[in-house]
Amino acid sequence: MNLASHFSYWITLFLMVAGLFIVIARGNLIKKLVGLGIFQTSVYLLYIAPGKLIGGTAPILAEGFKVYSNPLPHVLILTAIVVGVATLALGLALVVRIREAYDTIEEDEILLQDHARETEAPFER
Amino acid sequence: MSLASHLPALQVVLPLVAAPLAVLVRHTGAAFLLVTLASWAAFAIAVLLWQQIGSHGTISYALGSWAPPLGIEYRVDRLSAFVLVLVAGIAAVVLPYSRRSIEAEIPREQHYLFYAMFALCLTGLLGIAITGDAFNIFVFLEIASLSTYVLIALGRDRRALMASYQYLIMGTIGATFIVIGVGLLYLKTGTLNLVDMSVRLQEMSNHRPVLAALGFLTVGISLKLALFPLHQWLPNAYAYAPSVVSAFLAATATKVSVYVLLRFYFSVFGESLVFHRLPLPEIMLALSLAAMFAASAIAIFQDDLKRLFAYSSVAQIGYITLGLSFDSVSGLTATVVHLFNHGITKAALFLLIGCAVTVVGGSSLSRLAGLGKVMPLTAFGIVLGGLSLIGVPGTAGFVSKWYLVLAALEKGHWWLALAIVASSLLAVAYVWRFVEIAYFRAPPAGLPVRREAPLSLLVPAWLLIAATIYFGLDTSVTVGSAAGAAAELLGMAK
Amino acid sequence: MTGAELILAGLATPLAGALGIALNHRAPNHREGVTLVTAAALFLCVFALLPEVLAGGRPEISMFEVLPGLALAFRIEPLGMLFALVASGLWIVNSLYSIGYMRANNEAHQTRFYVCFALALFSAVGIAFAANVFTLFVFYELLTLITYPLVTHHGGDKARNGGRVYLGLLVGTSVLFLLPALIFTWHLAGTTDFTPGGILAGKLEGFALAGLLALYMFGIGKAALMPFHRWLPAAMVAPTPVSALLHAVAVVKAGVFSVVKVVVYVFGLDALAGGTDWLVGVAGFTILAASVVALNADNLKRRLAYSTVSQLSYVVLAAALLAPLSVIGAALHIAAHALGKITLFFAAGAIYTAAHKTEVSQLDGIGRRMPWTMGAFAIGALSVIGLPPAAGFVSKWYMLSGAMAASHWLAVAVIAASTLLNAGYFLPILWRAFFRPARAEDKHHPHGEAPLPMVIALSLTAAGTVALFFCPDVPLALARGMLGDLP
Repeated sequence: MNLASHFSYWITLFLMVAGLFIVIARGNLIKKLVGLGIFQTSVYLLYIAPGKLIGGTAPILAEGFKVYSNPLPHVLILTAIVVGVATLALGLALVVRIREAYDTIEEDEILLQDHARETEAPFER
Repeated sequence: MSLASHLPALQVVLPLVAAPLAVLVRHTGAAFLLVTLASWAAFAIAVLLWQQIGSHGTISYALGSWAPPLGIEYRVDRLSAFVLVLVAGIAAVVLPYSRRSIEAEIPREQHYLFYAMFALCLTGLLGIAITGDAFNIFVFLEIASLSTYVLIALGRDRRALMASYQYLIMGTIGATFIVIGVGLLYLKTGTLNLVDMSVRLQEMSNHRPVLAALGFLTVGISLKLALFPLHQWLPNAYAYAPSVVSAFLAATATKVSVYVLLRFYFSVFGESLVFHRLPLPEIMLALSLAAMFAASAIAIFQDDLKRLFAYSSVAQIGYITLGLSFDSVSGLTATVVHLFNHGITKAALFLLIGCAVTVVGGSSLSRLAGLGKVMPLTAFGIVLGGLSLIGVPGTAGFVSKWYLVLAALEKGHWWLALAIVASSLLAVAYVWRFVEIAYFRAPPAGLPVRREAPLSLLVPAWLLIAATIYFGLDTSVTVGSAAGAAAELLGMAK
Repeated sequence: MTGAELILAGLATPLAGALGIALNHRAPNHREGVTLVTAAALFLCVFALLPEVLAGGRPEISMFEVLPGLALAFRIEPLGMLFALVASGLWIVNSLYSIGYMRANNEAHQTRFYVCFALALFSAVGIAFAANVFTLFVFYELLTLITYPLVTHHGGDKARNGGRVYLGLLVGTSVLFLLPALIFTWHLAGTTDFTPGGILAGKLEGFALAGLLALYMFGIGKAALMPFHRWLPAAMVAPTPVSALLHAVAVVKAGVFSVVKVVVYVFGLDALAGGTDWLVGVAGFTILAASVVALNADNLKRRLAYSTVSQLSYVVLAAALLAPLSVIGAALHIAAHALGKITLFFAAGAIYTAAHKTEVSQLDGIGRRMPWTMGAFAIGALSVIGLPPAAGFVSKWYMLSGAMAASHWLAVAVIAASTLLNAGYFLPILWRAFFRPARAEDKHHPHGEAPLPMVIALSLTAAGTVALFFCPDVPLALARGMLGDLP
């Protein structure tokens, strides 16, 4: 066991933390979604990497092959990717609507607008 | 095989099929009819399953006849049957209400889409409760969540968009944490079937990845169930969503997440790992107490009734997780019974607020002034629901509180028993804020002298209020099921 | 009808009455008719149970189990019988009085008023008949909630603030102390049934026992032990009939009734032996302190309210002495003080209705204009002070005998001192009313007695106060019957 042999985990971890950091630190709604995408992608790696066996091949029975990679993580992650795409699409759609409503996609400006309206006419909806 | 043996599959498939059909018909009335019928059928199936559990014990259903643990298993035990009844029941009551309610709150051309999303959300929530496969839980969770984001964004206030977006970010982070947890467990055990997983985990409770998985799952699910302080998405989401959506979500979404937590804690990891290897019960206890006091205190100072009750929900989730942290039959009974009791109470309250919104045009407290005069039935219903939140005897909330205090006393935690009852005094404060505004203030100018909401709104709302009273007096069904589920959870773990 | 059927009838009557009152909201005469008929029917139901209870029977009925093993159940023992008799009997008189008061003062929302009144009586009967602490707790909370609209009847800021104190203290104490006490009792004993000799014997001792007793005593906020007494003066924002029946009889007596029941039937006199000195102290302090406040109160209803706070603690004190004689005194005092204090409140309401006066200092010479009212007031005052020929003398006699028999000289001293204080805050009112000339400005506002129904009502309760002095047989038999339950 050495650090280098776990390099896939290091990449996973780096992407995970980087993605999460972008989500938290950025005020731009699109950039937040990008961060979220990176965060999700790191999990895809987490699943896929251990499924690969060195020297293993696709799980198709054939002469001369004894070692196969695990196909199940690929299937799972295919599902997760679909979910991720749907989330991203919905998130982007929301951002479009938010821009139509507020004319900005910066979080602090939006909150400022909401706050201003609440203090002007606190009870009107 | 007869149709009856396929009930577990039908439970999920019926609302799932209703969703695309609702989109295809592109007609409000037809979509409404389809989804309502599907939800009633789902409720009937849930009740049938619940009865079958009572007489025959746990049902295991191999989806597509692929035998578990390789295939996906649908597994109905006492706890999942109880949650299924709650979710499907709330949907069945809320849908008839939605017809009139969304007319006032959602543009007409989007109505059929609303019903499609509602059906998907119902599918997801039912799926989470019924499946016995870890990855399947994630998939259903995302089906429910994605449709929920859309439903919230349908709110007429533009702040609903931001609320939905924030929920999307938080919810996705939570879901991703859950996937990480499930992934680690899969790496260790090589299985996704929950029962199989728990068997294989027995020998490796010391392994660090297992503990890491527990941590990721706890945080991810806590985000979904809005455990204090991970609740920030909830108040805005409930406040700006259409009334009927607030009612449905408050009663089901967080409750189903609690179910997932219970499932992983007690059926997968096992009580000894969760409660004795890590200081999880202490953390849970502290966060629950913080939720009960802080969220209730924040609720007192809200100027919008929907936000007020949203914060109250965060506090009530504190009661639910508190019961869990005791790791005893009474405590778990309190948790499970409060899932149900709080679910019907909050749904009723949000439905009644929806009634008020259709007449007075908003849910800010200043608009609700004098509601007791303008809409006596609505206002009185809200008061009754509020009494259940406080835990007045004769209401469902009292039953939950009883078991919670009992569980604290069984552990010898005097101070905790006092803390539980003390926190309900904060509930008195926020409920009485509404009472004083509704009964001691004159209605704002321009409102009719007396105008109740239409019956199609009042009847479902009062049905749930009646249920909160009924389940406060006759607890054989609720406490019986909850105690059975609690014993089963702890028995399975030992 | 059998005992069980009578219990059901007694509970159903006020409920049906409330419904009837609500249905007749357009016809005030019918509505008030329904109230009177309901009150009379309730009294008959309760009265019909009396022979069986006096003969040693304990009619009972179990409704349904709310939680496994925890049923909503009713069982009538002598003390509950006494409380139910007093509450339902005085409801008839009070309804008569209410009709006069509410109409003469043109009060709004009269239907709501009568409906809530009927429901409050329903809760009071439920408390009186409760077979276990759980049932008692359910009806106790119900009584608090149902009297809230009565207390805040006038609406507006003053009523709202009074309502806040009322609800805050009553719900606060019951949720914070009484509920944990109840659950702890259930946890310890596995039952909450009221059982002769108590259910906690041998299960608790020392500090824990005192702690549980304290939870019960302060948790029953309706008994108005200091420092949780403020709700009672706050409740005086209500119309006078509410103050009269609820805050001199039904609600406060429900409080001290619960105290006696818990002491006798949950703890048991023997189990508590030696552990109640602090309670004697708290009750004694409440008696004296509340009397001193009453002495300085100029508002008549406020003075009466503090007098009630002090008189309620007599019952707590007597129960805490744990002597059989004093417990008889406690039971008698529930009836005697009820009659005396309702008379005083009736008189206060009559003065307000006829003369629009609320302060003691305005009452100069009023005895000559309202002789019936002030005569009744005098009898009520005598009873509360504890002088013959009024019922208060009898109960005080028993309490004092009990205190002496137990050689509890502190209690004797408190009772003696407070008698002086009672005289000190009541006699000046009588002196002003009868012996001082009317003030100059009053001469321009001629008025006589209050409307006839009110005068009849207060005369009846005054007569009852005297009658109870001369023949206290029934209450005494019931109080002894309760002791017969003791081991």
